[in-house]
Amino acid sequence: MRILRFLLQKEFKQIFRNKSLLPMIFLMPIIQLIVMPLAADYEVKNINLSIVDHDHSTYSQKLTSKIISSGYFILSDYGNSFKNSLQQVEQDKSDLILEIPQGFEKNIVRENKQKLFIAVNAINGTKAGLGGAYINNIIFNFNNDLRNDWIQSMRYNQIPTIEIVSSNWFNTFLNYTFFMVPGILVVLVTMVCIYMCSLNIVKEKEIGTIEQINVTPIKKFHFILGKLIPFWVIGVFIFSVGLFVVGRLVYGIIPVGNAGLVYAFLSLYLIAMLGLGLLISTYSETQQQAMSVAFFFMMVFLLMSGLFTSIDSMPEWAKIIANCNPVTYFIEVMRMVVLKGSNFSDIKNHFIIMTGFAVLFNSWAILNYKKTS
Amino acid sequence: MNEIVIKTDKLTKRFGNFIAANEITFEVKAGEIFGFLGANGAGKTTAMRMLCGLSKPSSGNATIAGFDIYKETEKIKKNIGYMSQKFSLYEDLTVIENIRFFGGIYGISDKQINEKSNTLIEQLGLKNETKKLVASLPLGWKQKLAFSVAILHEPKIVFLDEPTGGVDPVTRRQFWDLIYSASDRGITIFVTTHYMDEAEYCNRISMMVDGVIKALDTPTNLKKQFSADSMDEVFFELARGAKRKGD
Repeated sequence: MRILRFLLQKEFKQIFRNKSLLPMIFLMPIIQLIVMPLAADYEVKNINLSIVDHDHSTYSQKLTSKIISSGYFILSDYGNSFKNSLQQVEQDKSDLILEIPQGFEKNIVRENKQKLFIAVNAINGTKAGLGGAYINNIIFNFNNDLRNDWIQSMRYNQIPTIEIVSSNWFNTFLNYTFFMVPGILVVLVTMVCIYMCSLNIVKEKEIGTIEQINVTPIKKFHFILGKLIPFWVIGVFIFSVGLFVVGRLVYGIIPVGNAGLVYAFLSLYLIAMLGLGLLISTYSETQQQAMSVAFFFMMVFLLMSGLFTSIDSMPEWAKIIANCNPVTYFIEVMRMVVLKGSNFSDIKNHFIIMTGFAVLFNSWAILNYKKTS
Repeated sequence: MNEIVIKTDKLTKRFGNFIAANEITFEVKAGEIFGFLGANGAGKTTAMRMLCGLSKPSSGNATIAGFDIYKETEKIKKNIGYMSQKFSLYEDLTVIENIRFFGGIYGISDKQINEKSNTLIEQLGLKNETKKLVASLPLGWKQKLAFSVAILHEPKIVFLDEPTGGVDPVTRRQFWDLIYSASDRGITIFVTTHYMDEAEYCNRISMMVDGVIKALDTPTNLKKQFSADSMDEVFFELARGAKRKGD
């Protein structure tokens, strides 16, 4: 225990004297948590719409104003030539073209039937898909309004309509930041821990001090604990700042579930991630090497964790990778406990799996860390 | 004083096809200053790393301070000090913090650490520098400090790998004064160097060429054997035959 005390004292002194590490510990999490969730918003707004109106009637005006007033579209161009509008799309000034044919009003009134044409710029798939869906929905509503106008004037209702009323649970106002902040917080803690832990040990290799440690009778176990504990503490600290300061004050996120449960999982998760950092450091000789390997893992962890994209909609092979990704489990736990208020029995499996990761990474790292080469 | 503290028997280290150290056999007695000479790439550092338990030998046997080099590395580590080619104190810790840290991990009690660090600082004339970061010290001072830290726990043997590389002649003399005083206290000194004047300070020296020990005797006897006036000539005589290129 006495040896561990000396190791910890040394580590903390070095961390607090490191001028590039301190901003990384204190500033990066706060900035990332404030900037990233605001930008990582999936709701598609500001779709540039170009309308080609060959009719210029009351109904075409009505439809146009209904679409614009939905708030999702910006009218970028209003004309009567499809060719012009297509040019707009080519120049990336418009995302969507709605063509209203000649005789639009006349045909609706006389023949009860009219076709509209929508052309979508599908380079940005999400924007195109959602934009197309929005405008379809608006036109459908417009259609219903028309129908009701006509039918009501006949004073009897022939067509039964099903109206859907939906209620959003756990995130009533579909606030995107509620979904993103807990996930981004997980990524942040992961990043700081893996990078700092692996770089710290490899740095000692580079400057040669690890050699000096290896000729002392110090035990492997002590040395590793001396490295893991400081970063574990920093991880918990960053997480707390993220959850209670930024999360609460900036986004108004108050964990619905038990915060103690989140911390219990965090503790386990940090042990697993620090083990991975340690493992990377045992295979790397230079800081560049460690950095590149850690970066590779971070990319996979980020994109395959269900942070941005839903795991359920991934292909089978990708699901397997996502299920082997420790970040996936913590993001799930965060969303479940913080937003939904899940309790221990809901996330029991997550605990078991994370224990597995912790044991795997750490024992692998300890086996691979050798005092004698 | 005739106790043998280092004894190697055909100690060999291979890296693939390359034999870095080939069947090295020698003995070092307690309290001796043993010079370990050779050109760059001759295998000195490899041999020393094996003796310190940093590197596993490919074959052969050795005992350090009476402990087996394969089975009792941790016991060996309690009884040796090591100062590597690279400066290996923590540059971002102060002088006193480095002393405390290394004292602490060797299990020296707080009281003893305090006493020892006081005498050590006095001896090295670092009184005004105790709270300065080691990074800010001149190289010569760093090396003296590193040596003092390496023998803080009073080891039986201390291994020094080119301890005076890049140090000015005055500081080198002071460094050797430290070595002599450690030797007087009964610490065996195992030192590699490229300076032939330093070789003359050793009780006995061995010359390594291409991973093999080519000569081993006192400086006076070696000069006689090669009918040379200085150790420089002895070195040239032996190293001339080297096939390996220096690194």
